[in-house]
Amino acid sequence: MTSSYREGAKRIAALTPAALSFGAAFGVLAAANGMDATAATVMSATTFAGAAQFAAISVLHDGGTVAAAVAAAVLLNARYLAISLAIAPAFDGSRLRRFFESQLIVDESWAVSQAGRGRVDKRVLVGAGLVLYPFWVAGTVIGAVAGNVLADPEALGFDGALPALFLALLVAQLVDRRTKIAAVMGGAIALVLIPFTPAGFPVIAASVVCLWGLKR
Amino acid sequence: MSDAWIVAVLVGAFTIAFKAAGPVLLGGRTLPARLTGTVELLAPALLAALVVTQAVGGNREIVLDARLAGVAAGAVAIWLKAPLIVVIVAAALATALVRLV
Repeated sequence: MTSSYREGAKRIAALTPAALSFGAAFGVLAAANGMDATAATVMSATTFAGAAQFAAISVLHDGGTVAAAVAAAVLLNARYLAISLAIAPAFDGSRLRRFFESQLIVDESWAVSQAGRGRVDKRVLVGAGLVLYPFWVAGTVIGAVAGNVLADPEALGFDGALPALFLALLVAQLVDRRTKIAAVMGGAIALVLIPFTPAGFPVIAASVVCLWGLKR
Repeated sequence: MSDAWIVAVLVGAFTIAFKAAGPVLLGGRTLPARLTGTVELLAPALLAALVVTQAVGGNREIVLDARLAGVAAGAVAIWLKAPLIVVIVAAALATALVRLV
């Protein structure tokens, strides 16, 4: 059965360059926004979820409060609560083991370990996560250290790369009609609120869209 | 503790708890379908809001600048199914170039 850990490693291998460079991009951006290399690395090692980390830094970059940055990132990661509960039956072994293995749940490891009807193969997920994790953290270290010697991230166009990055992450989430409508509504809410509310608020406010999910 | 550290630690702690909740605490239990349907919509709504605020957001105003060229270049790269790193580099290059001219 150990072969399915290897299966996970095999399926995720193609994504390791992306994890390394994505991690490096986070490190550079963190450095440019006053997050030192150690804090950025700690965040990557504990959060291990790119979109939320970029969201938090973006809100800080725009001058948002600490509370707004945390709220945006936590709301974005709330989906992991749903995923974690949905795939809980696949996890076995001691409580400690389940705890550590559950930390390897990320969009990518979850996606490659699908075993049909919403179930996952835990061994594939863990194998994939174990391979992805060091690339993500190492990328962050490289980016954070390099970021401190880079001249001006804005001159390098990093501020224009950020919305494109979120767009790429968004496209991956648009799996059906409901998610597409949620995206359009979330974007519209943010656009309308930008002129009237403090930084970070338009992003947090977009979360009210999910209330629409109550009505089916 | 600096602001950046507070953000790193709090977001990390919440995320660890979210990921562990199912396998550690609630083995076998599931969220009611209505709640799952709700949580599923958070990521697309927030990511779309982030696209908008990072593309045209300013200090309480809409600002149209070189970032739009970056988003456009990134969108083309995404449409061509380019890897994420290509999307980022294309968008950064386009933004920097437009800013130069």
